[in-house]
Amino acid sequence: MTSVISVPPSLDEQSFEQVFEQLALVPDGDKILVDARHARWASPYGLTALLCVAQSRADRMGFAVPEHADTVSYWSRTGFFRHAAELYDMHGTVPRARDAHESDVLLEITPITKSDDVHGVVGRIQQKAADILHGQLNLDTAITGAFGMTLSEACQNIVEHAGLGGWVAVQTYKYARRLGRRVVVIAVCDAGVGFRKSLESSPGHRRSDRWDDAMALEDAVLRAVSRFRHGDKGRGQGLAGIRRFVGRWDGKLSVRSGTSRIAITPDWDEDVPMTEGLPFFPGAQMQVTIPERLGDAPVRPRTAGASRARARGPL
Amino acid sequence: MTVNIDVGTVLRGTVCDLYSNLVTRPTGAAVRTAIEEQVLELGASVVTTIDFSQVNLLDFSCADEIVAKLLLRYASDDGLPGFLTFRGIHEGHIDPIETVLERHALALVSWHEGAAELFGAVDDDERLHWEAVRDHGPIWAESLAPILAVTEAFAAVQLERLRGRRLIMRQDDGFAVPGTAARVS
Repeated sequence: MTSVISVPPSLDEQSFEQVFEQLALVPDGDKILVDARHARWASPYGLTALLCVAQSRADRMGFAVPEHADTVSYWSRTGFFRHAAELYDMHGTVPRARDAHESDVLLEITPITKSDDVHGVVGRIQQKAADILHGQLNLDTAITGAFGMTLSEACQNIVEHAGLGGWVAVQTYKYARRLGRRVVVIAVCDAGVGFRKSLESSPGHRRSDRWDDAMALEDAVLRAVSRFRHGDKGRGQGLAGIRRFVGRWDGKLSVRSGTSRIAITPDWDEDVPMTEGLPFFPGAQMQVTIPERLGDAPVRPRTAGASRARARGPL
Repeated sequence: MTVNIDVGTVLRGTVCDLYSNLVTRPTGAAVRTAIEEQVLELGASVVTTIDFSQVNLLDFSCADEIVAKLLLRYASDDGLPGFLTFRGIHEGHIDPIETVLERHALALVSWHEGAAELFGAVDDDERLHWEAVRDHGPIWAESLAPILAVTEAFAAVQLERLRGRRLIMRQDDGFAVPGTAARVS
C-alpha cells in the first residue's frame, strides 16, 4: 500500500508542518507518494524542505507534480524539478530544466555538500543581492556584505554538522499575510543529524534529564554552543552572527530540528519563541526573513557599544 | 622592517584563484597556514601587516581562523616574532572581526587611510593610553602622564600592558604604535 502525503496549496514554514505530521505517521519501509498536485505556491523553505523529505527515508518516494501551469513554471525556475527528479520518482509532466532568470529568484535551489559549494553560492549571489536588497527592498547598502556572511554561515552548518548534504535557496516575494511588504528569504534545509545529535558528539557534552531538541536549539542559537567548542572557543559564532543580523535588519530567524522549533521574532510577527512536541523530522531547517524597509525607517545600530565605530586620530 | 602580506593574493594562491571572498573555515585555516609560513620564511620582521583590501567578503569563520588565530599565535610564548597589524579592513569586515576579537579577548591595530585604529577587547584605560601613544608617540610614560592627567607609575603600567599585548612597541625614543613607519628606527 502507498501512503499519500498531501502537500498544502500554500507551502511555507508553517504549513509545512502538515507534511511533517503526515510523514511521521508512515512507518519506515512503506511506500510514499508526496502529492503536490494541488500546490499553488511554495516558499524557498517549502521547496528545499520537500527535497529533504525525499532524503529522510531510505526508500525512494514518488512525487506528483503540481497541476497548475504557473506553479510548475515557477517551481521549475527555482530549479526544484531538476533536483527532485534525482530524489523522487516523478509523476506528471515535468518541464524541461531552465536556468533561473527571474528577478525574484535570488538564488535557485542549490545543493550544499562541501565548503566549495559555499564559495559558489556566496560568489554567485553578490551582485544580484546588492541590486535587490538595496534597489528593491530599500535596505542600506551595508546589508549586502552581512547578507553574504549570513548565507555563508548558514550553509556551513550543513557542511560541518549535518553529515549529509542539504539545500539552500534565496527568494524575494511579497509577504502579504503578515506584513504587506516584500521580504527576502533564505532557506537552508537538510535531513542530516540535527542539532541535538551534533552537540551530543562534543567531548564536552554533559547530558542532563532536560536534554532534548529544544535545549539543543537553545544552546546552539541562543548560547552559541558548538560541538567543536571543546578546546576551540572561537567556534559557534555563525548562528550568533545570524541572530545579530536578523536583529539589526528587523528580520526573523527560525530553526527547526528534530521535534522542536526556535524563533527569533520581530515585532511584525507573532510566532512563539519555542515550539516543542512537533512531529520528528531529521536534520535542521532554517529560515531567515528580512523585510523591505519602509521610507526612512532607521536601521538598528550594529551594537550598543561604541567600540565598533571607526574612531581614528591623527598621527 | 615592515612586511606586507596581501590576504587576497594568499587566498587565490593557496585555495582557488577564482575566489575573492574569505568564507568557510577550511579556507580560513588554509590562508592562515600560508601566512604563518610566509612570516617564518621572511624571518624576524618587526611588523607584519595583513592586508585585507582585496577581500570582498569576510565571514565569522574566516575572521576566527585568520585574524583571531594569527593574533593568538603572536601572543603565545613560542609564537611568531614581531608585531602584527592589519590594513584594508572595510566596514563590512568590522562586525566579524570585532566579534571574534571579543570572543577571544583579543585586540588589534589596524591602519585605515593613514591612521591607526584599535579594534577589539580593550578596557577604557588601555584605549586611552593607546590613543595617546598613537597621537603623541614615540613617547615615554613620564611625558604621557601629564597629557592624560594620571601618575607616571599608572601610565607606565598601562604602557606595559599594551606592550605585552603587542598593541604598542618600545623603541629607543619611546613607545609607538606598530606600523608607524616614519618613526620606527
